[in-house]
Amino acid sequence: MSNLMLAGVLLMLLALAYQLGLTRSRKLTTDLSGQKVRLHSRPVYHGALVAFWTVVPAFGVFLLWRFIQPGVINQMIIAQLPEAIMAGMTDSDMRVFLRRITHLSSGFGLSDQPQPHELQAAELLSVLQVRGHALMLALMASLAAAGLYFSWQQIHPDLRARNQMERVVKVALIACSSVAILTTIGIVLSMFGEAMRFFAFVNPMDFFFGTTWNPRFQTAGTEGQTGFGMLPLLWGTVMIALIALLVAIPVGLMAAIYMSEYAPSRVRSVAKPIIEVLAGIPTIVYGFFALITVGPFLSSFGATFGLDIRATSALTAGVVMGIMIIPFISSLSDDIITQVPRSLRDGSLGLGATQSETIRKVVLPAALPGIVGAILLAASRAIGETMIVVLAAGNSPVLTANPFEAVSTMTVTIVNQLTGDLDFASPQSLVAFALGLTLFVITLLLNVIALVIVRKYREQYE
Amino acid sequence: MKTVKLSSERLGVSNKQPSGKIKMSARDVKVFYGESEALHGIDMDIYENEVIAFIGPSGCGKSTFLRCLNRMNDTIDVAKVTGQVLLDEQDIYDPSLDVVQLRARVGMVFQKPNPFPKSIYENIAYGPRLHGLVETRREMDEVVESSLRRAGLWEEVKDRLDAPGTGLSGGQQQRLCIARAIAVSPEVILMDEPCSALDPIATSIIEELIDELKGSYTLVIVTHNMQQAARVSDKTAFFHLGNLIELNKTDEIFTNPQDKKTEDYITGRFG
Ligand SMILES: Nc1ncnc2c1ncn2[C@@H]1O[C@H](COP(=O)(O)OP(=O)(O)O)[C@@H](O)[C@H]1O
Ligand SMILES: [Mg+2]
Repeated sequence: MSNLMLAGVLLMLLALAYQLGLTRSRKLTTDLSGQKVRLHSRPVYHGALVAFWTVVPAFGVFLLWRFIQPGVINQMIIAQLPEAIMAGMTDSDMRVFLRRITHLSSGFGLSDQPQPHELQAAELLSVLQVRGHALMLALMASLAAAGLYFSWQQIHPDLRARNQMERVVKVALIACSSVAILTTIGIVLSMFGEAMRFFAFVNPMDFFFGTTWNPRFQTAGTEGQTGFGMLPLLWGTVMIALIALLVAIPVGLMAAIYMSEYAPSRVRSVAKPIIEVLAGIPTIVYGFFALITVGPFLSSFGATFGLDIRATSALTAGVVMGIMIIPFISSLSDDIITQVPRSLRDGSLGLGATQSETIRKVVLPAALPGIVGAILLAASRAIGETMIVVLAAGNSPVLTANPFEAVSTMTVTIVNQLTGDLDFASPQSLVAFALGLTLFVITLLLNVIALVIVRKYREQYE
Repeated sequence: MKTVKLSSERLGVSNKQPSGKIKMSARDVKVFYGESEALHGIDMDIYENEVIAFIGPSGCGKSTFLRCLNRMNDTIDVAKVTGQVLLDEQDIYDPSLDVVQLRARVGMVFQKPNPFPKSIYENIAYGPRLHGLVETRREMDEVVESSLRRAGLWEEVKDRLDAPGTGLSGGQQQRLCIARAIAVSPEVILMDEPCSALDPIATSIIEELIDELKGSYTLVIVTHNMQQAARVSDKTAFFHLGNLIELNKTDEIFTNPQDKKTEDYITGRFG
């Protein structure tokens, strides 16, 4: 039975069980003598409870089985391999072997002639898979039947189905949030593990404080590799982010002030969404906008002043990235400025301050922590941004203070190290994880600081 | 009270009695919020250095009329004011009049204490600095001290002028707001239910303060509390549904109201 069919069957079972629970509990509303009986819970809750016990345990078995079966089958296949063949196999040989028999058994075929022991193993694999599947179906069917029967039996006027459903809902909510949290933890841990593998090749001091980035391809496994200094990349990232903020802070903040303080509500209702559209433009579009339009423009603009500006440079990438993060700053600041209570404005206006004096001396200082938070969030966005810099920063990992020169960033380097022919055991690709982890820590810190500041600010008026 | 005398000398004001001179007057003032007319033509004279209380059921337009007196209605988009309001015989709605100057002369204290999220000192210094009233830091120190003294807050805060004004208790905050208004030496102070957010003790302190300020400023106080009106004001105006029903000496209003509606209201028959 294919998984799709299985899903269909489970859904049908769900509807059926719900109906059964519903009908039975409805019948209970009048007792034998025809008297009305008050149910503790409304019939829908009884139906839902029966449906839950019928489908969810069976589905749980399905998930668990899917997760465990391949490992178990592999073990069983390996266990029956002849000693002679086992002896000569390394770990990676074993992986290749397992992949080959999977291809064989699924009818995918191999590019070369399979060996006899491989054919045999492949056959065993298909047999085991069929058996495993059948076993799973049997288990699911019996669980569903048992769940349906017992929960249906349980239905009684006093059964607290409503409270039990409440618990079910709570568990479901917890499960969903755990998925999100566990995924995050999993990503961090795997990055951490790979980064540790990288640090087996390269001294962390050389990585974090080295000033040359020039990882040459050396044979994997040799220790003390050089050219993995992160600083040029970090500096490129920081410089572009700073340029972006220089563009985005004034523009975003002024736009926010106009929107929240001056714009008539009709203008505001049109202009605000338009500004926010900027945030929705795919970053690759910004990237070629930078490459094709902004870069050449800045270059020729610089030429009229005798400045030598490369078309792909930190400046180009920074300016375009600045445009991209304007809506982050303007929209968040706008919300924060609007939150400053009217009574404060009235107090200032009532003392004879003009509107711009009121904004400068009362509204902005009151909103400042929140605005700083907004800026930090935008900064962390800028630091993690990839596509714009890939296309427009020039990809030249040198330590330079000149924004008119081409630079490279951590994100760009990660892309470079992970594209093309790869050997995931070499420091050349493992370095991507170390860079990713560093980037993650930086943006995490920025976000945490920003959130703390924003939260503090919120409390101020409560 | 000794402290108050000291400070009134500093501010150069003496306790004058009502001079009988008209300070502000309203002629046929109507206010529209969008289409709906909230005030239906108010005529009123407010005399110099007297305390006038506005009473009336809530929603009758007391705050609306109060805001006409320093053009705070300008800050409400939908509000439109017609008619004439005179301050020292000058029309405050005249386009040539500087609304910033007007609000320095006619100060305002709001229902909910609204100190700026700045230090106590900066709260007071805000107005004088805006209008360039003082030159040196020393002069500013003096203005801050005398304003706080007039508001009866000096003794409580003199050791923590750098502490945030928002950290004070509700009653202290409201006195800070009064001190802030006093600091720009206004001629008229408008107070919109200044005690409605305060507990009884803080309320009685503010009432005492109003008593102290009486005679130095023209005070207009909105209140929903009739005892308060009776205690602090020289005159009382009764508003009802956007009309000024009756305006008279406070004891007259409370002992011998001329209008049936006034009588019903002050005897608690509606409101
Ligand atoms: N900003 C506003 N927008 C629209 N209507 C308002 C506004 N402020 C007050 N009003 C209306 O004007 C009338 C008078 O209100 P207000 O002056 O606040 O009364 P009071 O202060 O006597 O309780 C009320 O009907 C109120 O609904
Ligand atoms: Mg009011």
